[in-house]
Amino acid sequence: MSVDIRGSLDNCVKCTICETFCPVAQATPLFPGPKYAGPQSERYREPGTSVDASLDYCSGCGICTQVCPQGVDIAEINARARAQMRTERGMPLRDRLIARPTLLGRLAQPVAPVANAVMRTGLARRAAESALGIHRDAALPSFSARTLQSRARRRRRPGGAGRTVVYFHGCAANYNEPDVGMMAIEVLEHNGFEVIVPPQGCCGLPLQSNGNFGPARSHTRELVSRLAPLARDGHMIVANSTSCGLMLKREAREILGIDDPDLALVGERMFDICELLRDLHDAGELRTDFHPLPMRVPYHQPCQGRGHGFGKPALDLLRLIPELEVIETDRECCGVAGTYGLKKEKYEIAMRVGASLFADIAEARADCTACDSETCRWHIAKATGVPALHPLELLHRAYRLS
Amino acid sequence: MIETQVLVVGGGATGVGVARDAALRGLRVVLVERHDLAEGTTGRFHGLLHSGGRYVVKDPRSARECMDENRILRRIAAHCIEDTGGLFVCTPGDDEEYADGFVAACAEAGIEAEEIGAAEALRREPRLHPGLARAFSVPDAAVDTWRLVGACADDVERRGGTVLRRHEVVSLIVEADAVRGALVRDARSGDEVEVRAEMTVSATGAWAGQLAAMAGCDVHVRGGRGIMVALNHRLTHAVVNRCRMPSDSDILVPAHTVCVLGTTDVSTDDPDDTAVPADEVRQMLADGSEMVPHIRAARVLRAWAGIRPLYSEGDTGAATRDLTRDLTLLDHREREGVGGFLTITGGKLTTFRLMAEVTVDAVCEHLGVDAPCTTADELLPGSGDGHLLTVGERLAERERNLHDEQIVCECELVTRGMLLDAAATRPVVSLDDLRRATRLGMGPCQGGFCIPRAAGLLAAAGAMDAPAVNAAVRAFVEERWKGGWPILEGRQARQMRLDDWMFHGALDIDHLPG
Ligand SMILES: Cc1cc2nc3c(=O)[nH]c(=O)nc-3n(C[C@H](O)[C@H](O)[C@H](O)COP(=O)(O)OP(=O)(O)OC[C@H]3O[C@@H](n4cnc5c(N)ncnc54)[C@H](O)[C@@H]3O)c2cc1C
Ligand code: SF4
Ligand code: SF4
Ligand code: SF4
Repeated sequence: MSVDIRGSLDNCVKCTICETFCPVAQATPLFPGPKYAGPQSERYREPGTSVDASLDYCSGCGICTQVCPQGVDIAEINARARAQMRTERGMPLRDRLIARPTLLGRLAQPVAPVANAVMRTGLARRAAESALGIHRDAALPSFSARTLQSRARRRRRPGGAGRTVVYFHGCAANYNEPDVGMMAIEVLEHNGFEVIVPPQGCCGLPLQSNGNFGPARSHTRELVSRLAPLARDGHMIVANSTSCGLMLKREAREILGIDDPDLALVGERMFDICELLRDLHDAGELRTDFHPLPMRVPYHQPCQGRGHGFGKPALDLLRLIPELEVIETDRECCGVAGTYGLKKEKYEIAMRVGASLFADIAEARADCTACDSETCRWHIAKATGVPALHPLELLHRAYRLS
Repeated sequence: MIETQVLVVGGGATGVGVARDAALRGLRVVLVERHDLAEGTTGRFHGLLHSGGRYVVKDPRSARECMDENRILRRIAAHCIEDTGGLFVCTPGDDEEYADGFVAACAEAGIEAEEIGAAEALRREPRLHPGLARAFSVPDAAVDTWRLVGACADDVERRGGTVLRRHEVVSLIVEADAVRGALVRDARSGDEVEVRAEMTVSATGAWAGQLAAMAGCDVHVRGGRGIMVALNHRLTHAVVNRCRMPSDSDILVPAHTVCVLGTTDVSTDDPDDTAVPADEVRQMLADGSEMVPHIRAARVLRAWAGIRPLYSEGDTGAATRDLTRDLTLLDHREREGVGGFLTITGGKLTTFRLMAEVTVDAVCEHLGVDAPCTTADELLPGSGDGHLLTVGERLAERERNLHDEQIVCECELVTRGMLLDAAATRPVVSLDDLRRATRLGMGPCQGGFCIPRAAGLLAAAGAMDAPAVNAAVRAFVEERWKGGWPILEGRQARQMRLDDWMFHGALDIDHLPG
């Protein structure tokens, strides 16, 4: 039976802990807070009566669910209510566009240099803001002229690898950051894995977080149909993006309500890349031939990272690198929450949510910051002017690969 | 002394209905209620605006009355009625022959019942038992009793009548074989007033025997005690009835944010016997889960009981469930030779308007007044725009004033303005008065967070002084515990423990002055 998200509101004792942790409620009076929007308002909802548009200010970061001591699936309740509202009130074109990274990627990739150059002009950004509601200052990724898929297909594989792993790179590594994807592959290969890169599409998370559940489900199902046979063959699957990994581990089942044995299997075999490497290290099997990296790097764990409930594996790994001074930032959220901070009406909120993190980074006088999630990295880099790297990029550098 | 044409005793649905009908016909009317309006059975009922489906097989006349009144109330009291729709479902093991008879009887009685099939029923209400055999839709609805009674009382006052809450009839004035009004005691001041009236109508429900005895008349009302439990959120959005001969625990009614499972029927001669045996609650939850399995896992907020005022002439001791739900008007001049005195009892909340019509027709005959009943056409105050009640309406209202209005009760979204308004427009002796007016403290935390807040606001606004407000808080907590004990399990127990800690551990309410 699928998880009873609505029923979990019965657990609420009104303690208000979720309210005190919600980064958005702290940043803006426009959002009435997780207790109000979640277990309270849900009691007033029935199909066909979406009346509380303020719910849309929830960024979906998931922190409330993580801190609720009674087990209320607050963020999940909000996500479903938002989807219901979108079905009833319709979906802005913008939310339909930014929720389809594969589509955008496919459109932009052949003309990447032009597209990137155009999107860097103030004129284009102002146009995008007024026509689409994408804030002119929000961090947008640039597109790569070659996808990770095509690069991975052509690479030389090291022979004689003992074990295999399936690499789920997600949309960002494919279209925006293929370098990061290649580094992930090389780090895995350096540790003796044969890396399989199957053809794959979007996990559906951006559609889900924008409340567009129908198409989100088709994306998830399509991806699962590609990954499930490999999982059945006994392969582990490793995800480069914490949020997309979490989608397949949990959210597609809990939020989209997909009740499917193939999804369950893929979810079971799914590891975040830092989780996998950290587990490897715990088993004494990670190569530790790291060269010193004399740098100061604040590390921010994205909220979806906390949703995995696996500690902070990236931090554990970075601490293995000699001379690397890793500063653990203890901020809840950078604010962008996937596509939330791109939106014209939410950008300022996202900036306020992230303000303390940005201040920490500025104060650290860091060479760069590290964060596992791509949208967070783009947002943090734009806000602070300090480059933001995936932890793997630092590992890759310390291994002195390629 | 007060002089009037008609004195109505009892401020339940029946009493306010009678008073309104009389006022609409231009009669001078005074209504007295010893507690707050709707504090008797009317505030302790199940919340269903019957389509008649429940009675159609056994008591078709009653069923037809329900259907007619159902149509009328949707029109004249729109803001009190939620058009939830209703389903009759055959769960595995239910006799399907009953269902065939049910369909035929509905057609006969003019109740629009349609067989929609199990699959469609499950699509509409996914929490129904997956093994349903058959399902029918009927025009059941949910009714907000406090709103309904409040609107009737407002209308009475608007039309020049008088509504006295907290006024108890302590004796009837009997002169020359006729009742000529009553001696009434103001519960707050202790003062006694004579209310002289040409006609006195007893609309005292289960207490009708006690009132009749004051005039030396003998009315034997058989009480049928029924318990109900409120579950923390709506498990279904439609009323769900089990399609079988009416029995225990076979109706689930959505009521605002909660849903209410009921009920039972135990004979009692004591109209104040509103005990809730814990074993009845357990049995009810088990039976109810045969319709909606989620009931087993749901959080139970509280339990309460109400007493049906059932009447049958020359009562032979049949089980209360088998007594008719029909209304009964007793004219004591014809029965006992006592003039100026009528008793209206039996019936249902759904048929309160009809009960009033029949009663006031008789009143007019006695008074020699020729005035037709207009209650089926005159809209109640508040229902003007014809919008039916919806579960989301409060949330929508809050959405509009999210930034301007302080919320006092978070569960039921009661604002400071709503609370102080309610306090300003009625005599407040208890926080329960405000609960009935606003739903304060009715949500999951059962007042744990909002009652202290409300107490402070009421004292600051001068609606109650500090000792009175402290005493009211203690009384509220005590009353909520009464409804909490029989269901003290699971998640509600956790909540009650937290509340208990706040009230006693943090606020130490037992030692506050007052
Ligand atoms: C468990 C249960 C479930 C029910 N469910 C439904 C349902 O779903 N739908 C439906 O239509 N009907 C339902 N009913 C029936 C319905 O609730 C009653 O028929 C209706 O509320 C009776 O209203 P009333 O005004 O006659 O009585 P009451 O509401 O009991 O009013 C009588 C009033 O008289 C007052 N009074 C008594 N003595 C004096 C005195 N001496 N001086 C001053 N005042 C006095 C009392 O305080 C009381 O307020 C249910 C009943 C029960 C018990
Ligand atoms: S998901 Fe995040 S933004 Fe939304 S209510 Fe929870 S904590 Fe607040
Ligand atoms: S933290 Fe959990 S239990 Fe506490 S108020 Fe929020 S939802 Fe309710
Ligand atoms: S954007 Fe990054 S840090 Fe912010 S909400 Fe998401 S994952 Fe969390």
